[in-house]
Amino acid sequence: MKPGRTRRRVGVLPGFGPTLGITVFMVSVVVVIPLTGLFVRSAGLGFGGVWETVTTSRVLAAFRLSFGASLIAAAINAVVGFLVAWTLVRYEFPGKRIVDALVDLPFALPTAVSGIALTALFAPQGWVGRLLAPLGLPVAFTPLGVTVALIFIGLPFVVRTLQPALMDLDAEVEEAAAVLGAGRLQILGRVILPTVLPALLTGTTLAFARAVGEYGSVVFISGNMPHKTEIVPLLIVAKLEQYDYAGATAIGAVMLVLSFAILLAVNLLQGWTGRYREGN
Amino acid sequence: MAGAGARHRAAARPRPGVGETAPVRRLLIAATLLVLGCVLVLPLVSVFAEALRGGLGAYLASFRDPEALAAIRLTLLVAAIAVPVNIVFGLSAAWAIAKFSFPGKRLLITLIDLPYAVSPVVSGLVYIMIYGAHGVLGPWLAAHDLQVIFAVPGIVLATIFVTFPFVARELIPLMEEQGTEQEQAAMTLGASGWQTFRRVTLPNVRWALLYGVILCNARAMGEFGAVSVVSGHIRGKTATMPLQVEILYNEYNYVAAFAVASLLAMLALATLVAKAVVERRAGAASAQLATTGTATELQPREAP
Repeated sequence: MKPGRTRRRVGVLPGFGPTLGITVFMVSVVVVIPLTGLFVRSAGLGFGGVWETVTTSRVLAAFRLSFGASLIAAAINAVVGFLVAWTLVRYEFPGKRIVDALVDLPFALPTAVSGIALTALFAPQGWVGRLLAPLGLPVAFTPLGVTVALIFIGLPFVVRTLQPALMDLDAEVEEAAAVLGAGRLQILGRVILPTVLPALLTGTTLAFARAVGEYGSVVFISGNMPHKTEIVPLLIVAKLEQYDYAGATAIGAVMLVLSFAILLAVNLLQGWTGRYREGN
Repeated sequence: MAGAGARHRAAARPRPGVGETAPVRRLLIAATLLVLGCVLVLPLVSVFAEALRGGLGAYLASFRDPEALAAIRLTLLVAAIAVPVNIVFGLSAAWAIAKFSFPGKRLLITLIDLPYAVSPVVSGLVYIMIYGAHGVLGPWLAAHDLQVIFAVPGIVLATIFVTFPFVARELIPLMEEQGTEQEQAAMTLGASGWQTFRRVTLPNVRWALLYGVILCNARAMGEFGAVSVVSGHIRGKTATMPLQVEILYNEYNYVAAFAVASLLAMLALATLVAKAVVERRAGAASAQLATTGTATELQPREAP
């Protein structure tokens, strides 16, 4: 009876029943049932079974690499993304519109294409790899290569989250700081950074979340050596190829729990951002 | 609200005396261009350079391969199914969520968003656990001679999963902001529900819908991880374009791999252009709406 009551309160618009029906049906079939299925299957393994699978040295090494490389890539993206967002919001220069559109390239380019392109660039004979090899800095097929791919894939998250926050900055506050004798760096550190910090953290967390689950752009450049350059999503694929469904389920369930935790963190951060803006 | 945002933004533009000195500004712009050149442009250029390494003849010959053509056809087929499903779902979800209030709305939105947070590989895995030979429905499907995993239906399902939020997430905030007044006015004037939707709601959200469709299509054609897990990589049968790229690359057939990849890169570039155009059109449309002072401005703010 609840929908009927709400319909009267909101107005005369029809179609609540059918559209909600389609929505709930699709969400159930596409999202809820499959994801629940994975948890039910992993519950079948028991906590001990899951624990045993994910604490083998190969899996632990993969988790270390996935989280370590994602963390480093997200940190680098926070700095680079801030620079890019700042330049795009504050300055005018020829070709700015094209540059701005190009920031979304990692979203638009299929990950397999990014993967083979980055590998071709950073392989020992590649355009960039050739320059780095004499320096004793091999990138392709090392953890460094994994990080490079994750930087590529995560950059737009930081830029796109920061841009609106930088646009919303009040010029008056900066002016007041300048009038009171603060230098540009002081204003940046004491006025601008604290204000956009929630957005910066949200963008960085989003980049990190994407990086942890990323597959296509990493598998080509990483070389996929167990214990060394094997990321967690690849390990799931490897387990599936060996028909180790229990192992794949266990790792997949842990990954899911971690992604939900990150999603929750992002939501809390966004709540913080919203409150901050409202306070202004 | 859109009007207020625009005013606020105009006020926030840096003023003389607050901005950086010219040399610092130039340095920062140069640094940005250098970084983006290395991180974004270089990989993009290398796709085309590698594809054309053997000359134009070898590049074009890659597309005479029947397997490459089959991959292109399959990719188009998958997008042709996944995108319309997404449109119908997105419009339904946005209508129910934005135009009505009901308990559990936040939860529903979170569930729609969930596929964003899930690793593509895990997305593929969950479908294997349901429809695969060892899956929950596996025995039933086998008994009825239906194959989902390692076949086209699995690829379509995985694609729908990863693109699930794209259209809905563009429409929901916009339709929430637009409220229900225009629709109610149309209904009061005697329009049927369907007419109201087609003549009032749809024109109001057409740019956001198009935007969502563009993004959805790009992801549907380019998805790799989720599709890779459920497809089984059967050449000429269940290999989409990104999977064909992988197959060719792993066979050291670099020119052919990059040739197929170059098509996907062109799709990405077309997506970026279309996206920029739609963004500008949508911006112009909402600015027009704000100056003529229609429902967006008059609508009272929702109580927090």
